[in-house]
Amino acid sequence: MFGFILRRVGMLIPTFIGVTLVAFFFIRLLPGDPILLLAGERGISAERYAELQHAFGFDQPVLIQYFHYLTGLFHGDFGMSMVTRRPVWDEFFALFPATLELSFVAIVIAVVIGIPAGVIAAVKRGSIFDYSVMTSALVGYSMPIFWWALLAIIVFSGWLEWTPVSGRISVMYFFEPVTGFMLIDSLLSDQAGAFESAFSHLVLPSIVLATIPMAVIARQTRSAMLEVLGEDYVRTARAKGLRRVRVVGMHALRNALIPVVTTIGLQVGVLMAGAILTETIFSWPGIGKWMVDSISRRDYQVVQGGLLMIAMMVMLVNLVVDLLYGLINPRIRHR
Amino acid sequence: MSDTTQLIENVSRQSTKAVLKEFWFYFSENRGAVLGLFVFLTLVLLALFAPYITPHDATMQYRDALLVPPAWAEGGNSSYLLGTDAVGRDILSRLVIGSRFSLFVGIVVVVIALVGGIILGLVAGYYGGTVDTIVMRIMDIILAFPSLLLALVMVALLGPGLLNAMIAIAIVYQPHFVRLTRAAVMAERDREYVVAARVSGASSLRLMFLTILPNCTAPLIVQATLSFSSAILDIAALGFLGMGAQPPTPEWGTMLAEAREFILRAWWVVTFPGVSILVTVLAINLIGDGLRDALDPKLKRS
Repeated sequence: MFGFILRRVGMLIPTFIGVTLVAFFFIRLLPGDPILLLAGERGISAERYAELQHAFGFDQPVLIQYFHYLTGLFHGDFGMSMVTRRPVWDEFFALFPATLELSFVAIVIAVVIGIPAGVIAAVKRGSIFDYSVMTSALVGYSMPIFWWALLAIIVFSGWLEWTPVSGRISVMYFFEPVTGFMLIDSLLSDQAGAFESAFSHLVLPSIVLATIPMAVIARQTRSAMLEVLGEDYVRTARAKGLRRVRVVGMHALRNALIPVVTTIGLQVGVLMAGAILTETIFSWPGIGKWMVDSISRRDYQVVQGGLLMIAMMVMLVNLVVDLLYGLINPRIRHR
Repeated sequence: MSDTTQLIENVSRQSTKAVLKEFWFYFSENRGAVLGLFVFLTLVLLALFAPYITPHDATMQYRDALLVPPAWAEGGNSSYLLGTDAVGRDILSRLVIGSRFSLFVGIVVVVIALVGGIILGLVAGYYGGTVDTIVMRIMDIILAFPSLLLALVMVALLGPGLLNAMIAIAIVYQPHFVRLTRAAVMAERDREYVVAARVSGASSLRLMFLTILPNCTAPLIVQATLSFSSAILDIAALGFLGMGAQPPTPEWGTMLAEAREFILRAWWVVTFPGVSILVTVLAINLIGDGLRDALDPKLKRS
């Protein structure tokens, strides 16, 4: 197992270097001079230009610049926002809990609904339930989620007036973040109605964000279950006289879940992409909205740093998923 | 000699026919796939003949008919079947013209990603070693970024617009095709028929493209279909974020972006572009499921 971990981590090193190269060259490939861009239309004096060039290190050879960039990364220096003048690292971790909370709730919804739906569809294959689950899954999978979000706002916020349109909590509540998760913080704050407010803000975005993972998980669970249900050991268990529920739950599901776990892990990238759209529409103050805003504000230092941090996060999650996969499926380890 | 060639040609033509017949047999068993194909072909016809079908000019602003509801709703006007948008443009006409953009983008993205992916995957899988390592590590790097985010950043780099968005999406989709082709090539590379062709003096190029590639097509076709529908979704998403087609282009995602501020006042400006995207993507995904069932014997009937 230890060798497996080492090999898997070792494979990450070239990818990590590549990702830093992409982030590094991103800002240098931009059309136009970043400093002139920063100066805007007012222009800039020659001395101030040289001064800024020196401050950002643009007057040094590219290789040296990359080296400085890399050593900076290891010290947690991911650049500084050109707009807010705050370190990218700080901004990222100030906003990250919001995205994490949204994504976590979304993935819980997706798993809690997707896996049972897929299992029942497989067990009752060919039934009306199977058809409706598979049809909804295909629709969910084909859904443009930004449109889905707008529809949800029209129906639930506009017509029914059940949920607010945007944000994380009503402006009438304020408390210092303790955990960064609004649901927990609002409970800790002891303010009446705060939790309800946080919850009602979270419902729509998390359902919208859960849609595609839910569909993917349901489809994957169903096909994995169908495969496993045809295996000899399942028939043996049934022939021994074990109850159907027990066979499905204990024997089949445990093996069918192995590929599903990988699928769930792979949804992290999907969730990040979904967060970009969902957060933008619901004005959810998280990483996705931050990236979109930074791109439209041309705050390229933030785009560069954020891109790198998100890529590193995705790589880390994929690593954990791979290691978990090796843990539950020993066949993988010995390749 | 010419008789033999003739014979071989006849046999191969017949076998192509037989393969197609078998394919259609399995494909048509999937009713959803046939429905998807029907819807898709209708959309293609709509896109091809769009200028002759649209009741109005898609960019014409009817200043006396702003935000007119659909014909069947209260206050609707039968001249504008699906209503008009905030500057008085006919939504139906814009949607019909918009189908051209979405299908075109899908095709271009798939062609670029497929051709690039096949070449890189063939080279990596065929030669192996250092070439393989370099190509696959580069693909790993692309895969480390969430695809929409990478596309978004690339468009920010290249400048917003339909063409740049297409290039960005094609690059982001590339790795899937490279991986599939490489895996298939590595499985086929040491088979007897390839060795036989090599021994009889076939060049590397011939081996790669004429001997090995035809036996790797099934997963590539399925992936191409899936990428086609994803490309339509992603181009709409980029358009929605203001990074794809620019207004007043009647691209579906861009239309949604323009409609956003009216969502609580005029549901139709938001609803119909989304329905168009959903129906198109759904049709293609249905076809994709049918293709997978028909082409991949391993997954057949699961």
